[in-house]
Amino acid sequence: MTPVLACDSVRKVFHGNVVLDDVSLTVDEGEAVVLIGASGSGKSTLLRCVNLLETVDDGTIHLDGRDITDPRVNADEVRRNIGVVFQSYNLFPHLTVLDNITLALRRVHKRRRRDAEQHARRVLDQVGLADRAGAYPDRLSGGQQQRVAIARALASYPRLLLLDEVTSALDPELVGEVLALVHELKGMGITMVIATHEMGFAREVADRVCFLDAGRILESGPPAELFDAPREERTRRFLARVSARG
Amino acid sequence: MSLTPGPDGYTPSARQRERIAYRRRQSVRSVAIAAVSTLVLGVALMLGVTGSPGWQRVRESFLDASVARAALPSVLSGLWLNLRLLVFCAVGALALGLGIALLRTLRPAVFFPLRALATSYTYVFRGAPLIIVLYVMTFGVPGLRLSGTPSVLVLGGIALVLVYGAYLAEVFRAGIESVHPSQWAAARSLGLTYRQTLRHVVLPQAVRRVAPPMLNDLVAMQKDVGLISLAGPVDAIRAAQIVTAETYDFTPYIVAGVLFVLLAVPLVAITDRITVRAARRQGAV
Ligand SMILES: Nc1ncnc2c1ncn2[C@@H]1O[C@H](COP(=O)(O)OP(=O)(O)OP(=O)(O)O)[C@@H](O)[C@H]1O
Ligand SMILES: [Mg+2]
Repeated sequence: MTPVLACDSVRKVFHGNVVLDDVSLTVDEGEAVVLIGASGSGKSTLLRCVNLLETVDDGTIHLDGRDITDPRVNADEVRRNIGVVFQSYNLFPHLTVLDNITLALRRVHKRRRRDAEQHARRVLDQVGLADRAGAYPDRLSGGQQQRVAIARALASYPRLLLLDEVTSALDPELVGEVLALVHELKGMGITMVIATHEMGFAREVADRVCFLDAGRILESGPPAELFDAPREERTRRFLARVSARG
Repeated sequence: MSLTPGPDGYTPSARQRERIAYRRRQSVRSVAIAAVSTLVLGVALMLGVTGSPGWQRVRESFLDASVARAALPSVLSGLWLNLRLLVFCAVGALALGLGIALLRTLRPAVFFPLRALATSYTYVFRGAPLIIVLYVMTFGVPGLRLSGTPSVLVLGGIALVLVYGAYLAEVFRAGIESVHPSQWAAARSLGLTYRQTLRHVVLPQAVRRVAPPMLNDLVAMQKDVGLISLAGPVDAIRAAQIVTAETYDFTPYIVAGVLFVLLAVPLVAITDRITVRAARRQGAV
């Protein structure tokens, strides 16, 4: 079976600063892979490369067996199949919750308005926000906005969902509702790559955890292995540091 | 602030009732003070102006009611021309400004010449005085004796569109650039193309944000439409000039001036309302 996502020796350099160095990673259908690592280790950059918001400086990325780092591919078409949720939600402030979700359905996936709205309401119901369809984003709490952002990403049935620190901007009491939702997505069999600082959550939701250190995947494995018996000294130190903080 | 009991049978305490009564007295007082001070200032101004030594002469040559009545019809019909011209020039300048602003956002290399052209256009026409552009268009262009040269009215309108289009282009560009890059990232991640992102995500936010300065430019334009009289067409100002030449009385200019102000009032009022609303929205976020 071809993996949904296959990164092979990906390299990314910003102004002579090597941010991703020889990163290889495969994600199979229905798998949830969690990226952990210190701030600046390159988690967001890797996700942005997968989504073609950045172009890689070497290596390849395959989505469903197709090389998306080939400059000849249509980036818009690739992005249609990848859902992204950002740390800062990035909802469109001038559109209602419902229109935030239907925009891409109508313009990109060419669904009719009625059809798109029906579908959007179903997805909103899934994230527990059916009653806020007509509200503008600035009238929602952070947790609600993030759930709308997840609904927006899910609505077009992406092959792959990228979640970049989706709880970092939230107040502690709102983190739970978003994490619970991601759990549900996992139960639905959605293929995900998740960057997070929440180690407890990573342990619960991940099939595999990758530890990024200065742009390299230093160690990866099932959560039980990586968290309880890390092989590398640096992984151990990182885990000790975050558990001391949390 | 109501004194009637609420649905829960609540009646305000004595202290709250006292506060409400005090606030009411305060607001009555401030209205009274405002009225009195306005009256005093108005009377002082009137006495100052009408008491001046040249007042009689000024009144005869600027504020002659019979001349005003006689001038009104022709000035009004001139104003109709200003109004039509304003509508066409406003639409033209908004479209040109938006087009130029969009050209300046295009990144691909093939568009370099267009981008350079758009940039130099905004540099030239923000710097050039309107009167000179107007003269070049209305006197210079017909001088070329090209066949199919439009009328002086149209040429004058084009001059206005060129100058105001340059200002509006900068206004639009500022708006487009004020939309945070994360909005682009979010829209492109959903698979929207560059054009769809611009059309459905970036421009709606940009236009909302720059509506106040944009409308302000349109208010300025509605005045400058009168400059077209320099090139000959009989607009309100030109009509006033004609009556003045017949009667040796400047009242028609005052009539035209008052009409221009009246014409601007709705636009200015809308601008103020939108500005307040925009400020409130931004404060709320
Ligand atoms: N557009 C850019 N231009 C220059 N440098 C960048 C850019 N984006 C990221 N970087 C640099 O790349 C490195 C990795 O950044 P990245 O955002 O991927 O880290 P991260 O692991 O997501 O960190 P965090 O946990 O804080 O989100 C950082 O040193 C950052 O300064
Ligand atoms: Mg990050």
